[in-house]
Amino acid sequence: MDVKTYEKKMGAATREAFGKALVEIGKENPNVVVGDADLTKSTMTTYFAKEFPERLFECGIAEANMVAVGAGLAMAGKIPFVASFSAFVMTKGFEQLRCLVAYPNVNLKVVGTHSGSSIGEDGPSQMSMEDLALACALPNFTVLCPADEVSTKWAVKWAAAHNGPVFIRTGRPKAPAIYPADAQFEIGKAVELAPGSDVTLVATGLLVAEAILASAALAAEGISARVIDIHTIKPLDQATLAKASAETGAFVVAEEHLVDSGLGVRVAQALAQSVPAPVEFIGLSKFAESGSPDQLLDHYGLRAPQIVAAAKKVLARKK
Amino acid sequence: MQRTQNPTELAQIAKQIRRHIITMTGAAKSGHPGGSLSAVETVVTLYWDVMKHDPANPKWANRDRFVLSKGHAAPVLYAALAETGYTPVDALGTLRKLGSIYQGHPDVRFIPALEASTGSLGEGLSLALGMGLAARLDKADWRTYVLLGDGEIQEGQIWEAAMFGAFNKIDNVCAIVDYNKLQLDGATKDILDLEPLADKWRAFGWHTLEIDGHDIAALQKAFAEAAATKGKPTVLIANTVKGKGVSFMEGNPKWHGVTPNPEEVELALKELA
Repeated sequence: MDVKTYEKKMGAATREAFGKALVEIGKENPNVVVGDADLTKSTMTTYFAKEFPERLFECGIAEANMVAVGAGLAMAGKIPFVASFSAFVMTKGFEQLRCLVAYPNVNLKVVGTHSGSSIGEDGPSQMSMEDLALACALPNFTVLCPADEVSTKWAVKWAAAHNGPVFIRTGRPKAPAIYPADAQFEIGKAVELAPGSDVTLVATGLLVAEAILASAALAAEGISARVIDIHTIKPLDQATLAKASAETGAFVVAEEHLVDSGLGVRVAQALAQSVPAPVEFIGLSKFAESGSPDQLLDHYGLRAPQIVAAAKKVLARKK
Repeated sequence: MQRTQNPTELAQIAKQIRRHIITMTGAAKSGHPGGSLSAVETVVTLYWDVMKHDPANPKWANRDRFVLSKGHAAPVLYAALAETGYTPVDALGTLRKLGSIYQGHPDVRFIPALEASTGSLGEGLSLALGMGLAARLDKADWRTYVLLGDGEIQEGQIWEAAMFGAFNKIDNVCAIVDYNKLQLDGATKDILDLEPLADKWRAFGWHTLEIDGHDIAALQKAFAEAAATKGKPTVLIANTVKGKGVSFMEGNPKWHGVTPNPEEVELALKELA
């Protein structure tokens, strides 16, 4: 992609893309079943519920039971997707995910919606900023954080076809479109969206579009910034990161997650094990507050200008 | 395996299972003999009489499922799996040793014939209800049995699951509460009382039966009634004695998580001869 010509146009929210994709895979495979905890109209499993009411299990406001019922369905041969706000399913369901899903490697798919501060007005009790950390702390789990509608659809279809536990992180607001409808993805393989030789901007989820805008702004100042979309948080694409490190020697990692435990620390770990380089981190560092999604992304510094500033900072540290 | 409906023969098998529990926990020097001994008749009645299953074909799609939600009672399940032919009897003495298939709590990675890895309390009922839902979706007639500890049902998730099971009329699931009335720190009535236990389950919409959990004929009758009960799941509140069958273990909470020393093993085996 030529970052200078990228126009930020809003596509569907990733939760919306998830809901639509569920219906498609539901049509293809009668074993796909869905669990929800009184949030079908928010997680967008409502589409599946309308199409396949007998395959939608409304669990009420009881996430721990939902996860464990899902595990039981999976053990008996079903392909269950359980969905809720990421803040709830990953915390209230964590122990069940650990013991009933991750440890025996059960074929359950967990979809967290309303991730990050961009859920907006509901405030921090509903905002997940540690869900990627929790998901990555579960051995056997594949952890996905798609950036837009097209990549979310792919992620859901991949999860349904994969035999093993998967976590998919999605968001509430409309997400900027990144990929053409026919884009191809590979699990565990990062997408190099734009070339660059001075610094690498690594981003996931909503921050991918901001990284593209940041790359364009840096280009205008004569700085060549590579852009990488990490849609698979685990397993992490170490090869692409090592190559970028050898070729650019500096990184900014941007995510709508706690900087202390998200993609940034995983990238830093990968670089420490391959080609070490200085890294700056863009993300959340405290509980957010109410506001519109756009206001909150601005207020908490999850935008292109902050990525640009971090890139300049890391370039100053580059040897 | 030899199946039987004869309570006298089942009682003989129960005695053999108890001997295994004593021997293997004694050899392991750690583990949970008390809550294993209290559940023996339930497990024996299910594996030798009630459940459809085939040790020669452990993954037979139409088999009945058994989930040991109180995973710390693994010795009773291991003894049953061994005596029915799923796993080797002569390896029971390796319980809890590195590399043993007989892990501290049931682990499907080591025994694929197990339905579930369990051990974290409060989760098995939900799991069983998920299995029950899957059977209903497939229009299959297999049933799921889940054995709960009494202390275990202090966990909140049990009551989430209880609501879910009754509301969804998951009548192909039968839960058994091994009500031995003791938990690690003491008597359930002193730690966090469960009473009125039957009333609670009835209030949650379950077909509730109270039986003597060591009376094999009563268990057989209760399981038959559970299978015949439509429109709601059934729970058997099995009144049991912790440490049942070994005089010095009966009713003593010490034997929740303490194992017999060699002299105690010898004494216990004499009583179970």
